[in-house]
Parts: sequence; structure tokens; C-alpha cells
Amino acid sequence: MHSLIDFLLTYWVQLVCAVIIVAVLPLVAGYIVLMERKVMADMQARLGPMRVGPHGLLQPIADALKLLIKEDIIPDEADKAIFWVAPLISVTAGMLAMSTLAIGPWFQIADLNIGLLFIVGISALGIFGIVLGGWSSNSHYSLLGALRSAAQLVSYETAAGMAIVGALMLAGTLSTREIIATQNDYGVWFVFAAPVGFFIYVVASIAETNRAPFDLPEAESELVAGYMTEYSGFRWALYFLAEYTNMVVVASIATTLFLGGWLRPFAGTRAFNFLDFLPSVLLLGVAGYCFYRAPKQPVKIQKMVLAAVGAMIILVALILAAPLLAPAGSFVASMKAGLHGAFWFLLKVGLYIYLFMWLRFTFPRYRFDQLMRLGWQFLIPLSIVNVMGIGVALVLHRHFGWSHWTAFPLTTILTLAVAGLLAAAGEKQEKTHAIVGEEA
Amino acid sequence: MANDPEEKQPSASPKDEPSAVKSPAAAGEPASKPPAPPAAPAAKPPAPGGVPPAPAAKPPAAAVPPKPPAPPKEGPVALDNDLVKRYKQRFGDAIREAWIDRKQSILVVAREKLVEIATYSRDEEKFDWLSDLTAVDWPKREQRFDIVLNMYSMEKNERLRVKVYASADERVPSVQGVWATANWEEREVYDMFGVIFEGHPELKRILLPDEWQGYPLRKDYDILTQDTAWVRENLGIESGQ
Amino acid sequence: MADQRVPFATHADSTVLGADEIVLNMGPQHPSTHGVLRVKLRLDGEKVIGSECVIGYLHRGVEKIAEHRTYTQFAPYVDRMDYVAAVSNGLGYCEAVEKLLGAEAPLRARVIRTILTELQRIASHLFWLGTHALDIGALTPLFYCLREREEILKIFEKYCGARLTTHAFRIGGLQYEAYDEFEKDVERFCKPFDKRVDEYESLLTGNRIWVGRTKGIGILTAKEAIDYAASGPVIRASGVKWDIRKAMPYAAYDLYKFEIPTGKNGDTFDRYIVRMEEMRQSRLICLQAIENIPAGPIMGKVGKVLKPPPGEVYHAIEAPKGELGYYIVSDGTTQPYRVRIRPPSLINLEAFDKMIRGHLVADVVAIIGTLDIVLGEVDR
Repeated sequence: MHSLIDFLLTYWVQLVCAVIIVAVLPLVAGYIVLMERKVMADMQARLGPMRVGPHGLLQPIADALKLLIKEDIIPDEADKAIFWVAPLISVTAGMLAMSTLAIGPWFQIADLNIGLLFIVGISALGIFGIVLGGWSSNSHYSLLGALRSAAQLVSYETAAGMAIVGALMLAGTLSTREIIATQNDYGVWFVFAAPVGFFIYVVASIAETNRAPFDLPEAESELVAGYMTEYSGFRWALYFLAEYTNMVVVASIATTLFLGGWLRPFAGTRAFNFLDFLPSVLLLGVAGYCFYRAPKQPVKIQKMVLAAVGAMIILVALILAAPLLAPAGSFVASMKAGLHGAFWFLLKVGLYIYLFMWLRFTFPRYRFDQLMRLGWQFLIPLSIVNVMGIGVALVLHRHFGWSHWTAFPLTTILTLAVAGLLAAAGEKQEKTHAIVGEEA
Repeated sequence: MANDPEEKQPSASPKDEPSAVKSPAAAGEPASKPPAPPAAPAAKPPAPGGVPPAPAAKPPAAAVPPKPPAPPKEGPVALDNDLVKRYKQRFGDAIREAWIDRKQSILVVAREKLVEIATYSRDEEKFDWLSDLTAVDWPKREQRFDIVLNMYSMEKNERLRVKVYASADERVPSVQGVWATANWEEREVYDMFGVIFEGHPELKRILLPDEWQGYPLRKDYDILTQDTAWVRENLGIESGQ
Repeated sequence: MADQRVPFATHADSTVLGADEIVLNMGPQHPSTHGVLRVKLRLDGEKVIGSECVIGYLHRGVEKIAEHRTYTQFAPYVDRMDYVAAVSNGLGYCEAVEKLLGAEAPLRARVIRTILTELQRIASHLFWLGTHALDIGALTPLFYCLREREEILKIFEKYCGARLTTHAFRIGGLQYEAYDEFEKDVERFCKPFDKRVDEYESLLTGNRIWVGRTKGIGILTAKEAIDYAASGPVIRASGVKWDIRKAMPYAAYDLYKFEIPTGKNGDTFDRYIVRMEEMRQSRLICLQAIENIPAGPIMGKVGKVLKPPPGEVYHAIEAPKGELGYYIVSDGTTQPYRVRIRPPSLINLEAFDKMIRGHLVADVVAIIGTLDIVLGEVDR
């Protein structure tokens, strides 16, 4: 009993954070889905969900309810135990990976000194859920989806890993907190020091999360739903949750590694301190739009809900503004780091996810062999060259005293040149093997 | 030659036995096959010059009672142009009849020679594009099926229709080896008419399920019979009607 | 010349599969078989080494129905074949019966028919483009395409009250006079439409993924295309410059200037380009036609009761999907003795097996899409 209290006293912050993640993540995933549908609708000249709640704001809740009460079908021929457990593996892996992410300086369950390694390792475990689910369904579509997924993950995890290595060389640490701290020290986000690495990571992370244009494991026009074909109801929702959790995870990694984590743009420059007000101003703008739209809602309750949403946003805006307005040194002012850190982190994650969506609705889908070719013949060699380039730059900088401003651009240009060569070589090869399947 | 009497006959035949109209004409012509009795009269092209006038005269009288206004333009007229001459020169008796109907040339050929004629049409006459292959059922006729090949020549921008006659148990040589497209079309004809194509690689039903009974586009096909049989077998009741 | 295919059935059953082979059944319920097409694929890994199309799920016996309807009664049925291009179906049927009757629609009727049919071609191609892109994974073009198609359907609705299965034409001409704003509506649609096509092309044509997914896929050489009697954009993409609108003009096509776009390689990309260009050409035809719609009657002299003299006729038009032929045999009564419809979708689909072998599963949907089939027409 005593030890339990001890445990609680020691780890209460972590526990609270963990509970928040488990409880809030499904909701967040739901709202990412809503955001995706709205973004998609916007790009396709339509409105998207509009029925449940004002502008469809309650749609995720309706969807979740629907999925919960849907019939749970397990195919007769399926391997039931594995079929049952597979989605859980995916979801668990995704959620575990969240544990070492630092969402702002305050919000982190565990600051492991192998933080990034842990995230990468754990999130790769999610593939077991996909492969097992696809295999246990006993359906050809599922099986093909699972195989594609496994092959894709193996190929792109390598490239993503090498891209991460490049950034880690700059940071010199695996701890998420310290990586961000290093970027603060450098005074520049790593995306500017290693743009090629960032690019590789973007592409590889899309592929890793099975998103279009790399969504081959669940390519709906080919494999119906890939590994999820036989799943329905809540089990299907779990896969969906896992997918969106993974999106959040990879977006968080990218934010941490390349985009300065919770740092404000120009965090070290006092002249840009006015940017501290940006969060509040942005939110006030959104709230203003809510109030503007509220009277135009068709139903009274929708007007009220939208106004309430606006009020909540104003509240958040005020909370974010409070530390800035409070006298320096007071308790309220000391909350600035945590609150603003979380805001910037989430904003960057959101923008990264928006990038995912943008790509999804713009591009057609790769074919499997093209995907593999891109991975093995372009991204992996390029990521290795990128690591070498960063190494060279670091040596030039640290041992030969070159400045940042010459060493990094130089190696970046060299890396880009290699990228051009690789692309040209790939093109040439593609021409000679115009028809993929043609037997020699 | 085949012209009006021929064309009209099918329509007439369902109603009354084909005898009166055609037999006079047929008398002179020992059609190689009596299958197409109506065709038989005109079938022999040896005297093409003489025949056309006769049909021309006949149609208004015998054939056209239903629709008086249109007759002069419409309806079949015997055909003996260069194309037909070339075919006849090459295949002789295998070209049974030739006529033109609504400005469209029609050849009736011997069933056994179909593949040869098709190959010749494709390679020599450049009718290289088989736009359609189908069949028509004339149940009162001895050889009840017309197998109709609609060919088109890209080079000459011309259409040609080639027909063969077949009875229910006669096999028609498959032209699948001449035009790949005939594969499915022959399957469809088999599916709908029950015509068997000799040499087709996988002659099976295409639109209807494999266990379907009967051939729906035959004129004597009866959906009621089929329905009753199905109902009896599957529902155990006497009739679904 | 004819391709001697190994019939699927002889080696497809699971008992004789090689060690690495599986049989994958696609359809009849599948997101991208465009209806109820069922394709049995024999796969080695993801590579297709054999295929068989199973069709007939939508078979309604249209040809049999025709034998029990009068010529006039049957006209609405043909709309239900290629329901994406009902107007074209109607045109083919009406003209075939007119040919059988020896009648001809007056010029005004023919011009209006031409306009509506070309609009229908645009609508059909738009629908094809949207779904084809969707199959290949581009979600967005579909909605732009449907937006434009909607405008065309509105014109149809205003003209004859129906949007999809229009039954717009009558044997001998038209039932409805063009409504007052007809020319204006068509112009309003056509004028900016080329920009719209450019817009779709900017989404796809230069896109590396799109090009990668379509170039070199499903090649049909000119020789093969002729052998398989492919028609429409499929054969034109193979480099055969043949369009019935030019070769044997019908309706009022001989009055207007337009180009026949052709491809070179006969691959999926070429078919895509050909159809895109056809939309532009159709737009030009519409614009030329509305400039001067001749006055006059819209109904030719055909009786109330249609009794074509005995005989037969084969009439083909260039439907959006290819040669749509009607072979009608008359026995002199009010009902056709036999109506055979040559469905371009069915015949084009026949080349599917030829095109898919050696490609991957992902290419199956690309090739089904590029053939532009409508199952209502395939199965009739």
C-alpha cells in the first residue's frame, strides 16, 4: 500500500499524461478525420459533412457511436484469436509511441535518453497488427494488403531511419527534449540544416503510415480495403485509430527533429517576441469566424453550439495570452513555456498532417513496383548520402572551423546533385523496363 | 436474287408453309442447300442479269402489302457488283446468294467454307474489322439460323454482311481464329441460340449462368416453361404464375 | 493474326496452381470494376498471369424484349444499356429504324441531335475521367468532372425532362422543340469548357505518378486493336485514325469540322489523351452547331404505326465508347423480328485479357478504367 502511494506521488504527472493520451487520442483521431474530410471537401469544391452539429463539428462523435454499436463480424474461416488481437497490437503500438513525445516542455510521460529510438522501434511494431490482421482474415485481398504493408514498411523504415540519423548527428542526442534544446542552441531548426533529410523523412513517413500516394496496403480501388477488408465495426475503428495515431506520431517526430518542436519561430531573437501573441490572435480570429457563422446556422441548437465553440476558443486564447500580460515573475507568467510550447507543437503537427492530406488529394497512387523502386533506388541511397553529407559538414564546421553558413549549404547542394543523378538513373531504367511485368 | 421473295419469306414462313411464293422461282434453281428455301430461288447466281428485274417487279406485288409508300427504295435487291464477282470467282458455288438491302451488301455463303471466306475477306478484300457476329432465328425454315457476320473495311470504308445458314444440330465453323473478337460473340450466339461453333476454344455460356436451360433468343423459347420448371424444382409448388 | 489465348479455365482452377500462384476474384462487388464486372485473376505474387472476365450479372435480355415491343416502344429500353450515354444509344436506335423505314429526320432535328449527342459524349468522357482517375488513386478530379457533367445533365433535363435515361429522340426526328434558351445554355457550358479540360489535365497529364501509372500499361497495338475489333478511343489510341462520324457521317456530322485525335502507343496514357482531346473536339462541334440551327420541322414523315418493309439493316454510330451498332431485322410487322445491339463496351472489354497479362494487380483497375466500360451495355 505504502509503495503504491509512493509510486503515485512520484509518477502522478506521468499517469495523468498517460490517461489523457489514452482518453483523448481517439477523440483527436476523430477530429483529424473530420479535418481531413473538410480539407478534402474544400479541395473538391464541396462542403463535406454538414449535418451533425454546426458544419459537421459533431460528426466524429456520431461516427464513433455508430462504429461502437455496429455488428462485430468475424469471418468463419478466420483465425479468430489472431483476428481478435491484431487491431489491438496496432493501436497499442501507436499509443506507446506517444509516451516519449514531448508536447511542450510540460507534457511528456517519459523523457527517455533513447527517446527517438524507442519511438521508432515501438511504432514499427504496429506492422505486426497489420500483417497478422491481414493473414488471419483468410482473404486474398487482406493477405495481399498485409504483404504489401510489410514490404513497404521494411523499405521505408530504412530510409526514414537514415533521415533521422542525419538529424540526430546534428543533435547529438536521442532524447526528444534535448533535441529541441539543441535546435534552440543552434538558433536554427534542423529542417534548414538538413533539408534533404527532412524531405526524405516526409516521403518515408507518408509511406510508413500507409497514406496516399503510398496507401497501397489498403488501396481501395485495388484491394477493396487491403488488410482491413474483413474487419468491421469497432475492430475496424481500432485500425483506423492506429492509422491516425501513427500519423500524429510521425508528425510529432518530424516536428521534434526538424521543425524545432515546441519552439516558437525565431525563438532566440528578441525582435520577434511579438510572435508570442500570434497564438492568441490566431485563435481569436477563428473564434470571430465562429461567431460570424453562428447566426447563419439553420437550426437554433446549431447556432448555440457554434457560439459555444467560439466561446471555448476565446477562452483558450485568453489562457494563452494571460502569461504574456501577467507581471514578469508571477506564477501565471511562468506558465508561458508550457502553454505556448504545447500550442506551437500542436500547430506544427497540424500543419504537417495538413501536408499529408494535401498530398493525398492531389496525387494518384503509386504502383507497388514503383513504390519499391522509389524506396530502394532513390530514397535509401539518398538518405545514406545525406548522412555522409551532414557528417562532412559537421567535420568542416567543428574541426576546420568553417562557419555553419558555408558548410551546410555546400553539403546540401552536393547531396542534391546526387539526388539528381539518382533520379536521372531511375528515369533511364524506367524507360528500358517500360513494361513492368514483361518477362525477359 | 434473294431480294424480296427471300426477305419476305421469313416473315411469311412463320404464318404459312413456304411453298407458293418461292417454289416457282426455286423451280429453276437447285439450291445446293434447301436450308434457305427462300434464298434458294435466287441463290444460284448464274443468271444474275436476268433475275433482278423479276424481283424488282415482284416485290411491290407480293412483298409489300404492309407498307406501300416506301417500297421503291427499301427492301433487298440482287447484287452483282465487282466485289461479288471476285468472291464468286474465288469461291464459286460457295457464294450462295448476294443481295443489297438498304444499300448494304449481303452475301450468303456455304457454311463449310466460312473460315476460308472469312480469311479471304480479311486478307484480300481487307474486311479486316469484324464489327459484329450474331444470329437470327427463323424457326420455320429448315436451316433455322442465320449466322451473321458484319464486317467493315477501314481501307475501303465499306461494310459487308456475310451470312451462313445452319440448322439446330449443324455446327458452324468458328471464325475465332480469324478475328480474335469473334471469341465472345460466338459464345454469346451459343448462349442465346444454342449454335455450336466448331473449333472454338472454350464454348460456354457468357451472359447467362452456366446451368441455364434453353436458349432465350430462339423464337420458340418459352420463359413460362422455364419458370414453371424452376419453381417446381426449387420451391416445390406447381406453378409460380 | 488472331491471338491464340490459353483459355483461363483450363489452368485456372486451384488444383493446378503453381506453388506461388493464387486466384484472386475481383467483383462482382468491388469498388473499381465499374458495376458488376467480375474478373478472375490468376496471380503470381502480384503479377497477373491469366484472367477471365465473368459477365452477365446485369443481363436483362434487352434483345429479347425488343422482339415483343413495337419499334417505338422499344426506344426507351436502349437508354438503359449505356446509361452513362443514353442519348447516344437513342440516336443509334432511332437512326437505325429510320434507315430501315427509308425515312430521314429533317435537318433541324439532326442538328439538335448532334448537339445533344456531343454533349453526351462530353458527359460520358467526364464520368470516365473522374472514375478512371479515382481508380488510379486521384480522388479529386472526380468531383470536378461531376460538377461539369451536372451542367450537361441540366441541359438534358431542361430539354426533355430527364437527366440520365433521357429518351431524347424519336424515330423520325424529335418530339421536343429546343427550348428557348437552348443555344445559350449550350454556349454557356461550352465556352469555358476547354479551360476546364486544361484544368483536369494540369492535375494529371504532367503528374509523374499518373504518367508512371498509365504509360506502357495495357498496350494494344493497331493490329491487335483491329483483331479484337476494338473501337472508339481504344482503337484511335492505337493509332488507327477511324471515327464513324467522319467515315460514314450520320446525323449532321458532315456539316461540322473537327479533328480525330489519335495516339501512338495504344497504352493507357494515350487513351487518356485521346479522350481528353475528344472532349475539346466535341465542344467545338457543339459551338459550330449552335451558331446556326436551321429552322424547319423537327419530325420527319413517318407513320403513326411503324411498319418497316421486310429486310434488315446494320447501322452504327460513334458512341462515346466506340462503335455502337444496331442490326435490326424486320419481317414487315410492327415489331422488330430481331434486334442485335453491338455494344462497344463488351467488345472492347474482350481485349482486357490481352492487355492485362504480365501486369500487376494495380494495373487491372487502370485497364478496366481505360476501357471505359459500362456494365449495363456489356450485359444488356
